[in-house]
Amino acid sequence: MARKILLEHANVPGIKTYEVYRQHGGYRSVEKALKSMTPDEVVEEVKTSGLRGRGGAGFPTGMKWSFIDKKSGKPRHLVCNADESEPGTFKDRFLMEYIPHLLIEGMITSSYALGCNLSYIYIRGEYMWVFRILETAIKEAYAAGWLGKNIMGTGWDLDLHVHCGAGAYICGEETALIESLEGKRGNPRIKPPFPAVSGLWANPTVVNNVESIAVVPWIVNNTGAEYAKIGIGRSTGTKLISASGHCKNPGVYEIELGLSVDEFMNSDEYLGGMMDDRPLKALIPGGSSVPILPANLIFKNAEGGDRLMSYESLSEGGFATGSMLGSGGFIVYNDTTCVVRNTWNFSRFYHHESCGQCSPCREGTGWMEKVLHRIENGHGREEDIELLWDIQRKIEGNTICPLGDAAAWPVAAAIRHFRDEFEYHVRFPEKIKNRDHFVNEPFEKVKHLVAKQAVI
Amino acid sequence: MEISNAHQEINITPELQARIDELLGHYPDDKKKSALLPVLHEVQDAHNNWLSIPLQDKVAEILGIKPIEVYEVVTFYTMYNQKPIGKFMFEFCRTSCCAVRGAESLMDYTCEKLGVAEGQTTADGMFTIVGVECLGACGYAPMLQLGDYYYEKLDRPKMDQLIEDCRAGKIDLHKLAIRE
Repeated sequence: MARKILLEHANVPGIKTYEVYRQHGGYRSVEKALKSMTPDEVVEEVKTSGLRGRGGAGFPTGMKWSFIDKKSGKPRHLVCNADESEPGTFKDRFLMEYIPHLLIEGMITSSYALGCNLSYIYIRGEYMWVFRILETAIKEAYAAGWLGKNIMGTGWDLDLHVHCGAGAYICGEETALIESLEGKRGNPRIKPPFPAVSGLWANPTVVNNVESIAVVPWIVNNTGAEYAKIGIGRSTGTKLISASGHCKNPGVYEIELGLSVDEFMNSDEYLGGMMDDRPLKALIPGGSSVPILPANLIFKNAEGGDRLMSYESLSEGGFATGSMLGSGGFIVYNDTTCVVRNTWNFSRFYHHESCGQCSPCREGTGWMEKVLHRIENGHGREEDIELLWDIQRKIEGNTICPLGDAAAWPVAAAIRHFRDEFEYHVRFPEKIKNRDHFVNEPFEKVKHLVAKQAVI
Repeated sequence: MEISNAHQEINITPELQARIDELLGHYPDDKKKSALLPVLHEVQDAHNNWLSIPLQDKVAEILGIKPIEVYEVVTFYTMYNQKPIGKFMFEFCRTSCCAVRGAESLMDYTCEKLGVAEGQTTADGMFTIVGVECLGACGYAPMLQLGDYYYEKLDRPKMDQLIEDCRAGKIDLHKLAIRE
């Protein structure tokens, strides 16, 4: 199962430099595409591959490319979304830090497919040392003739630059990212028009995640049909998973989609089980925005079938009993974790990161943070649980961009699966005074104190 | 963050101007405003890590845009500091993945050791401690950002060492060799 596409050469000494990267077959996809394929043929290969956007939404990349407006005759742009900020997600950083030329090669081949002459990589400002690594790699690519005027004598020009943000989660939303790239506040735009028609400087623009772009060279070299053979069903290919929390071996892993969650979690090739061998309590499989799963729904779905690392399997059962693959931010929690505290933590995050344009999100995330804070600190009321449910329900679907949904879902899932923990906080405030309350006394040992109530 | 009226010496050195010109070259001639975020980073780095109103006005002048266009950006993004901060700013990630791996107690420890609360600067102007949201280092928790770099998988002895290194002048915020 341990098939490597993106990280195949990650451990080669010096792979960060142009020379070593080139010696290991780097930039072959540019040669192949420019010499023997039309741009549309490259798009077709990506379509055939079944590649789905790796940033979190999972929209088919080839289809997104096919929407770009070529009729207007306006300049077109490819923008790489390297604003990785979804809590639990640190995979793109790994790729850019250790194999920067893979992303640059992907940008060149993809820009050719889309007919772009000016493309950008938008990286979050906190990754400043990675920004410098990319700047160096881009200079090397210019020096070697892969960027600039008349690339490989084909008459095609491409300029590529790296642009940095300055600390705003919302800029990972593609229209906010475009605003930010234009030198403005990161306020998402109302769609339509979609970026494919009117994006950067009102030109047709495609925004793709780092991992989506970095896999394009392999698809061009080996064909989309070969890529589609990897993985399972409509979840083709491999995926980078960034694991954190209470697992034994946190880090970035490349998995073939379709691997079982059990094997990923427990085999020594991957996470090696739980840190300190404590019991697994909950899992967030795809970054902080996707629903948290309780222990009984992690390795098996509600019907008792094996849960797999794929778009379909992780979402089996909908939000009632499933979650999402999302960005691949795999956060593991053991029995010392307080779900209420953790949910408050996420609400604080979303409140801080809300851009403020839409009232349901701007106000609602703040209300959720406040209510969760008072429950966590022993001042909660029984009706606060219903109040939280009501607030999250009124945010979801009522905002310009998906940040509202992303803030609402974690709260809904926590109440859905861990309602008794909220009740415990409300009814036994003296037992949760210390912020490490479940470190000292895991909830499993005290949950009998809470009379079971029906789930909403 | 409140706005500060503290005085700031403005000095656009030839090196800084050259770097700004390089960044401006990344955008079409009629889209120079796009360079605002990267230019603000460079200008802030060269001015003790904060941006006074006169300095923001200077950036507006350099880019040929209105001052308000700079202010609205500076106030939106968390990485731009609108008041003087310590020479070394420890930005502890405290979002979930770091929180469950000891970020809060490490930040408390550091605050206690340096005698300040979260958000404050030590009296000697050396250190500022801030709790921030997810920095994308979830698997290497607990961690902090200092200048352009991350310090990861921290514990108390490593924290003690980092503070010592700062005091000994061994930490360059922006010019560490690129890590292999």
